[in-house]
Amino acid sequence: MNKKWILPTLYILFLMLPIYGLLSMSFKTTNEILGGFSFFPQQFTLVNYIKIFTDPTWYVGYINSLIYVVINTVISVSVALPAAYAFSRYRFLGDKHLFFWLLTNRMAPPAVFALPFFQLYSAIELFDTHLAVALAHCLFNIPLAVWILEGFMSGVPKELDETAYLDGYSFWRFFVRIFIPTIAAGIGVTMFFCFMYSWVELLLAKTLTSVSAKPIAAIMTRTASTSGYELGLLAAAGSLTLIPGAIVIYFVRNHIAKGFALGRV
Amino acid sequence: MRKSTNQKAWWLVAPVLLLVAFNAFIPLMTVVNYSLQETFGDNVFFWEGVSWFEKILRSERFHDSLLRQLLFTGMIIAIEVPLGIAVALSMPRKGPWVSVCLVLMALPLLIPWNVVGAMWNIFALPDIGLLGYSLNSMGFDYDFTQQPVSAWMTTVLMDVWHWTSLIVLLCYAGLCSIPDAYYQAARIDGASGWAVFRYIQLPKMKRVLTIAILLRFMDSFMIYTEPFVLTGGGPGNTTTFLSIDLVKIALGQFDLGPAAAMSLIYFLVVLLICWVFYTVMMRNEEQ
Repeated sequence: MNKKWILPTLYILFLMLPIYGLLSMSFKTTNEILGGFSFFPQQFTLVNYIKIFTDPTWYVGYINSLIYVVINTVISVSVALPAAYAFSRYRFLGDKHLFFWLLTNRMAPPAVFALPFFQLYSAIELFDTHLAVALAHCLFNIPLAVWILEGFMSGVPKELDETAYLDGYSFWRFFVRIFIPTIAAGIGVTMFFCFMYSWVELLLAKTLTSVSAKPIAAIMTRTASTSGYELGLLAAAGSLTLIPGAIVIYFVRNHIAKGFALGRV
Repeated sequence: MRKSTNQKAWWLVAPVLLLVAFNAFIPLMTVVNYSLQETFGDNVFFWEGVSWFEKILRSERFHDSLLRQLLFTGMIIAIEVPLGIAVALSMPRKGPWVSVCLVLMALPLLIPWNVVGAMWNIFALPDIGLLGYSLNSMGFDYDFTQQPVSAWMTTVLMDVWHWTSLIVLLCYAGLCSIPDAYYQAARIDGASGWAVFRYIQLPKMKRVLTIAILLRFMDSFMIYTEPFVLTGGGPGNTTTFLSIDLVKIALGQFDLGPAAAMSLIYFLVVLLICWVFYTVMMRNEEQ
């Protein structure tokens, strides 16, 4: 008798409980929430969601977040592609040191950089723009993208490159026409990771924006502190932030395991 | 893979170098600058030398946050790694449930960190949250806003909830790469379940486990948003980890000198531990 399914089931149940708590609270009225605990919403209401979708100060936050996450993903992956190729194929002066230096930036605590970033991006007049957050997130996303892509590229035999050059392909033509399609799965996984880390980060995104590029996460913390006990609204806003992540996971579900191993299995 | 020497490869790395250097060098230099000077505003600076560093290294507050940080990181790694391995081992290898498991397990990883904090705050509220209410009605005295022990338990549990999936997914990827022939050979030899784990599965997972522990160490050492939203570092200072303390000093009290000195020490600690880890990992990979 195989009882192996018990542990994963219990684990997934444990993962789902807080999410259920959040969802069920988002469908409750403020009175019901403060009135005491209930497992199911007694007076099912959509009022919290309606407020978010009709009030621009709320829904603009989602748009802002998505804009800088997409810009960041595009920048990170497009500059990381040639660099990862160089690291996986060639030996050059200082390559190992450079690779470790890149990784150190992944280790830098954002709290260390919050204030200097604020001054830097104010000085070049990018403060409170989507581009500022996208560029700041490059600090940790580019090293990660290079790391993952290098793993995937090292799995492609070098004979592929050599054959293409013998057939008269120039470097860039080979890179765009043959190499990129070959590692398409790896690029998908890398984009997933860049999206993920840019989407979940708050400290830098909050520090670098004030009004016009404010991310949803920052709007939530502001609401939590000023309006006191609007827990239902907070829960609804939180529930909506789960959706982009869920969509992205669905698209990469077949490659996710390999991607989490950074292509190095 | 054999690599050919080619100095022109620098051109391929240049864009990455420029972008990361822009984000890394200039802010780092700003921090170094602040850490050596005293300012009273108006951009007037006085040379202080290394006195901020001495002050921070001697301050009890820094020792306490560092200790709490090390304890927290140690605890979550000690819980998450065995749990992650166990779940990965008992997951199905093929069939329709694989995708379902993977998608559900990856979900916590994609939730913005402050939402994770807010979610656990709501979940653990002693009077109206699912966890807090259940614990209290079962007779436990639980209130994470008042009792340090409850606050710690909740913070650790939150991190286990948030990040164990990363370890599960990494180990699962390692396990999937083991050819069936290995298991058949083990069965013919009459190997016990433990022997299969010790001599086949664990060695295959070693590489991914190293990455997992490295990532978990780095991320848990810079944890800020989740505990900040959940407990705000309280009750008292009991869950004030390094990043929370740093932001309190830098943006709360605006003590730029000590904050900058602390940033550098903090960064060096992370760097040192990661460097040791990375060197060991690379040596294993070369073997």
